[in-house]
Amino acid sequence: MKLRTLFYNIGQGMKNIRTNKMFSIASIATMTACIFLFGLFFSLGVNFSSMVKNAEEGVAVTVFFDEGLPQEQIDKIGEAIRGRQEVDNVKYVSPEEAWATFRQEYFPNNPELAEGFADDNPLANSANFEVYLKDVSRQQILVDFIKQQQGVREVRQSELTAKTLTDFNSLIAFISIVVVLILVLVSIFLISNTITVGISVRKEEIAIMKLIGARDNFVRSPFIVEGILIGLIGSVIPLILLFILYKQIIEYVSNRFLALSSMMTFVPARQVFVLLIPVALVLGIGIGYLGSRLTLKRHLNV
Amino acid sequence: MIRLEHVSKTYEAGVVAITDVSLHIRPGEFVFIVGASGSGKSTIIKLLLKELAPTHGKIVVDGKDLSRISHKQIPMFRRNLGVVFQNFRLLPDRNVYDNVSFAMHVVEASKRDIKKRVPLTLSLVGLAAKYRSLPKQLSGGEQQRVAIARALVNEPKILLADEPTGNLDNNNAWEIMKLLADINSRGTTVVVVTHNMEIVRAMGKRVITIKKGVVVSDDDGDNEE
Repeated sequence: MKLRTLFYNIGQGMKNIRTNKMFSIASIATMTACIFLFGLFFSLGVNFSSMVKNAEEGVAVTVFFDEGLPQEQIDKIGEAIRGRQEVDNVKYVSPEEAWATFRQEYFPNNPELAEGFADDNPLANSANFEVYLKDVSRQQILVDFIKQQQGVREVRQSELTAKTLTDFNSLIAFISIVVVLILVLVSIFLISNTITVGISVRKEEIAIMKLIGARDNFVRSPFIVEGILIGLIGSVIPLILLFILYKQIIEYVSNRFLALSSMMTFVPARQVFVLLIPVALVLGIGIGYLGSRLTLKRHLNV
Repeated sequence: MIRLEHVSKTYEAGVVAITDVSLHIRPGEFVFIVGASGSGKSTIIKLLLKELAPTHGKIVVDGKDLSRISHKQIPMFRRNLGVVFQNFRLLPDRNVYDNVSFAMHVVEASKRDIKKRVPLTLSLVGLAAKYRSLPKQLSGGEQQRVAIARALVNEPKILLADEPTGNLDNNNAWEIMKLLADINSRGTTVVVVTHNMEIVRAMGKRVITIKKGVVVSDDDGDNEE
């Protein structure tokens, strides 16, 4: 398509929106609501993911060894575990460190009681690896692998925590997908409605265009432009609203609920919007394009 | 320029529009196709525009066999034809200038060409002074002149007019016919479908008469061959 034709068709698309004011406003409003809700779920999702990730980082698998297992053998097991894809990091806890932690936890007020074991570490056989995972959902696979290693006496895992976190993550993802899918369908339906009205309003013009010798793309373009513009406007408005709202909410929660803010760390607005802006724009423009394209296929036999 | 060879058209509902029509229109000719309502004359215009495909027969327009033109090639083919309708079919929300320039935008003409040719064409149809008027501010005759300007602005080889005087009073109908004759004298082949026999007789041009979808006469009139 020639550049001047493109500009002409963009002008015609804008004209369509003006002519078809009420339907266009309704479509833009619905699109705004859809992208707003999408953005809301997206921001919530990013924050939940970040919090779950933080929680995941605290979940470890503990590996204990056979009594009297030589250090080289322990190191070898350590190497095998570190080599696994799902492993984030591995921390070796020597018997001395294990005893020191235990002493601090159980005899904080009676250090003299612990002194009784000064020369005889009761946790001499408690050297272990604390293994932290990148993704908790893969915990069982790792545990099965570790259990097969020679010299491993016991593997302790917090199955419930891992399962809860995994389920929680899946639930958020599922709800987000369902909500977004419903919203996308509603938007496509409304944009399609607007374009259908536009086509019926311009039926005569389209018929004349075709008789004069307009190419198919020339007839379609203004409607595609109309759909894309509705999508674009319907994405920019909620993005601006969300940005303002997100910053305000973080500030409000951090200032008002100090206890809560120490438990939860919010993802900074910039970090969220760097991802949300392109995703929302692609989604909005994509819905606009798809809505108009599908309608043209159905109603515009060119 | 236009050749129909044993062309028949039956609509999906089984209605027969034309049967075994053969005719030949030479470049630069002015031809009337006449007949009563429902005789099939408008079907011929639609067939020539490739809005419809014939059930049987062959149609050649400007050297192109229409059965061999693909859907994609139709726009380019139609750019060689200008069309005028009984009810003008102007865009009510656009002024005279925009209605005519619209035809040039559609064929993706340059801005320079549009600026040059639209005023020229409006002068030709005698509407240069009313270029800013909306269709509703014009008389029926003037509206039809705008429609003719729109059909001519892309300099087509053939002008097809389907009942161009059907909605006009006698005076305006005459003015339009004179304009079409003037356009024909500049070299454009003109095909006019009408049932206004008074004008047809007075014009002294070739007349093809259709009755119930069949060509019943082809009278050369005063046309020079």
